Amino acid sequence: MTKELFIQGNQACSMGAIEAGCRFFAGYPITPSTEIAEDLAISLPKVGGSFIQMEDELSAIGAIIGASWSGLKSMTATSGPGFSLMQENIGFAHMSETPIVIVNVQRGSPSTGQPTMTGQGDMMQARWGSHGDYEPIAISPSSVQEFFDFTVKGFNLSEKYRVPVILLADEIVGHMRERVLIPDKTEIFKRVAPYENSSDFLPFKADENGTSPMPAFGDGYKVHITGLTHGELGYPSSSPDDHSNLVRRLTNKTLKNRKDIVSVDLKYCDDADIVLISYGSPVRSIIETVKLAREEGIKIGYLKINTIWPFPEEEIAKLNCDDIFVVELNLGQIVYEVERVVKSNANVHLIGEIGGRLPKPTDILDKIKDLV
Amino acid sequence: MKKEIRIGGFGGQGVILSGVIIGKAAALFDRKNSIQSQSYGPEARGGASKSEVIISDEEINYPKIQNPDVLVAISHEALLKYHTDLKRNGILIVDPDLAHMSEISEFIEKNEIKVYQAKVTKIATEEIGLRIVANIVMIGVITKITNIISVDSAKKAIIDTVPKGTEEKNIKAFDAGYNLDFN
Amino acid sequence: MTDHKNKNPFIKYFRQDRLPTIFCSGCGIGITVNSFLKGFESTDLDFDSLALVSGIGCSSRVPGYIKCDSLHTSHGRALSFATGLKVGNPDLNVVVFTGDGDAASIGGNHLIHAARRNINLIVICINNSIYGMTGGQISPTSPKGSLATTAPYGSIDTPFNLIDLVTAAGASYVSRWTTAHPLQLSRSIKTAFNNKGFSFVEVVSQCPTYYGRRNNLKTPIAMIKMFKENTVNKKKADTLSDDELLGKIIVGEFVNKQRYEFSEQIEELTYKKTEKKPIRKSAY
Repeated sequence: MTKELFIQGNQACSMGAIEAGCRFFAGYPITPSTEIAEDLAISLPKVGGSFIQMEDELSAIGAIIGASWSGLKSMTATSGPGFSLMQENIGFAHMSETPIVIVNVQRGSPSTGQPTMTGQGDMMQARWGSHGDYEPIAISPSSVQEFFDFTVKGFNLSEKYRVPVILLADEIVGHMRERVLIPDKTEIFKRVAPYENSSDFLPFKADENGTSPMPAFGDGYKVHITGLTHGELGYPSSSPDDHSNLVRRLTNKTLKNRKDIVSVDLKYCDDADIVLISYGSPVRSIIETVKLAREEGIKIGYLKINTIWPFPEEEIAKLNCDDIFVVELNLGQIVYEVERVVKSNANVHLIGEIGGRLPKPTDILDKIKDLV
Repeated sequence: MKKEIRIGGFGGQGVILSGVIIGKAAALFDRKNSIQSQSYGPEARGGASKSEVIISDEEINYPKIQNPDVLVAISHEALLKYHTDLKRNGILIVDPDLAHMSEISEFIEKNEIKVYQAKVTKIATEEIGLRIVANIVMIGVITKITNIISVDSAKKAIIDTVPKGTEEKNIKAFDAGYNLDFN
Repeated sequence: MTDHKNKNPFIKYFRQDRLPTIFCSGCGIGITVNSFLKGFESTDLDFDSLALVSGIGCSSRVPGYIKCDSLHTSHGRALSFATGLKVGNPDLNVVVFTGDGDAASIGGNHLIHAARRNINLIVICINNSIYGMTGGQISPTSPKGSLATTAPYGSIDTPFNLIDLVTAAGASYVSRWTTAHPLQLSRSIKTAFNNKGFSFVEVVSQCPTYYGRRNNLKTPIAMIKMFKENTVNKKKADTLSDDELLGKIIVGEFVNKQRYEFSEQIEELTYKKTEKKPIRKSAY
């Protein structure tokens, strides 16, 4: 039966993880994500899973990659400083095609910043934080319900494409409580094992999705997993072609499956002169702003980005309006992506708020009136 | 109808939990929409801490309180820190043993604030024999004065939230607060 | 070339399509790997259950040559990956191949915490007192005064004693041998496989290319000779003064004492909560 609960976003995330089949969590305490670890420390042993508090975030991500190869769906949760420490092995997870989910409940930054306040300063770090070319999947919840739903979705995408998925939440979504519906049945993507009797199995040969089935350690396939450039068998290779083929294939897994991965929500955009774009908790502000503005007869709509990476280029390029306002809790990150996509078809403005406050709908509306 | 409630106190008084219970009563049992949030970090462990609830018949987008309709203060520091944006004609509920209104009497007068005093800590200690249920006594008081949540839902939310085995004491605490006479 | 008499008896365990290895001739890794496989063969463990994990460095290339499930990770982090792998599936026999830089420098924190947890896996630390892969820089075990590209006037750092480090951190089996002690080493590895807990086997090894060449030990033979001449067994070392032990390599078993093991404790907790064994490979 569907359950109704009144819980925090972080709790919804941990419940989503269990629902998605996560059976391993390794993490390190950090505000404002800690409730996810605390919750899973209670619930994982009850469903036959394992929880480890590791010595730091470097090892937390290492442990979940190791656990993923043992055949378990695995996750970690952190915030800015810990996310910085994880960057190295996010690259390893991409290179070794290891499905893992990393939750970043963002806080005021840079550095230690504002541990207990909200922020969205890690959007580009999620995109480019590890060294080298890679195409991450990152999704941003804007409600407690979405934190549950997107955690499930994150696991599904991660398993389907064998890529690390980052949940870019923020302190407000992590800590507020709302009513959440926990469905009694959720669509779960099961990891695909190699077909039986395939002794010539190539663990890094792509199928139509651009990825390949994933054996678990101990299955007898005797795979070699390395962060070095490797061929289809997994052995290290110093061939320029092997490197080019591998990295192009890895990035294309995300890019060529854009349609399956990307998600946005649009409202009132058809006749709109002005469109507001946001993601995460400030989505709440722009929806209210649109409501206020429509009451005043201003033709305005909104586009809510659910999938930050890969960036919803087509969906945003299609907008037919004069002005776009990007509302985000930083001094301008996603706004440049929007500019890149809309080119000169619309004027793109930033409403960037830092300090931990969520921009008030009335303030946003005033800024719009000032500029347009 | 949309109401904003802020409950302020110091860490350890169960301020956060009272907000959770009120939010839960509205969302799960009164079938309204509600959002609860709280101040986090060092403040939640000593010092002033607050729990905020928005309750509305309509969908709540903006999740933060802008001007509370109701301020509940169970510490003096919280009263001083959190009263400034209380709505004109708003409701102020205090535990007079812990928060002294004389210091903000000018604000109260100027904004025509309706003030209610409830000695919840004393009631919890003396009538229930458990100082820690003062927050639940206060939920009874809030329910009585504001009518924002129903008695039935408040009780259901309390039972759903408090540790098993303590339900009876907590309901008794709620009733003690609800049965106070404010006329 | 393929003279049957000289054929390595352990060749069947190798990914033969990956040979020859990248290791320099005379490198101590070869002796270590042979001793490892000999030690493994003397146990009754199933080769299919073997999972090798490593970080970065010459010694970390070993898993790539052994035909088993192998995970070649990032610098210093092997033990954290191994921890996830072992807890995720305690049926695996997890062995970490590492070096002095990988284990004690960049991965030092993971090393002491893995020892503290007494997680059931083996660390084989091939300690050659130098960074070989990057061309001969000073390492946290380089002796004071030894020469390296980043210590051109001699190392001024105090080296780590890895045995003391992991012992203090709580490892339940600790031994040290040199590449001049292949038999003792293989026996030690067998003991480590049978130890239900964190086993640390240090192999003092030669890097003739980068360590020997700069430190007046120009051939592998000279280095192994030095090991032989400077080795003192632990039992004897216990009777000697610090002055008498100066410059000596103490070998033997330092710890062999069972205590609570981490992955088993986690399984027990799950069992307590569910009355079922944890489900293996539940992602599928």
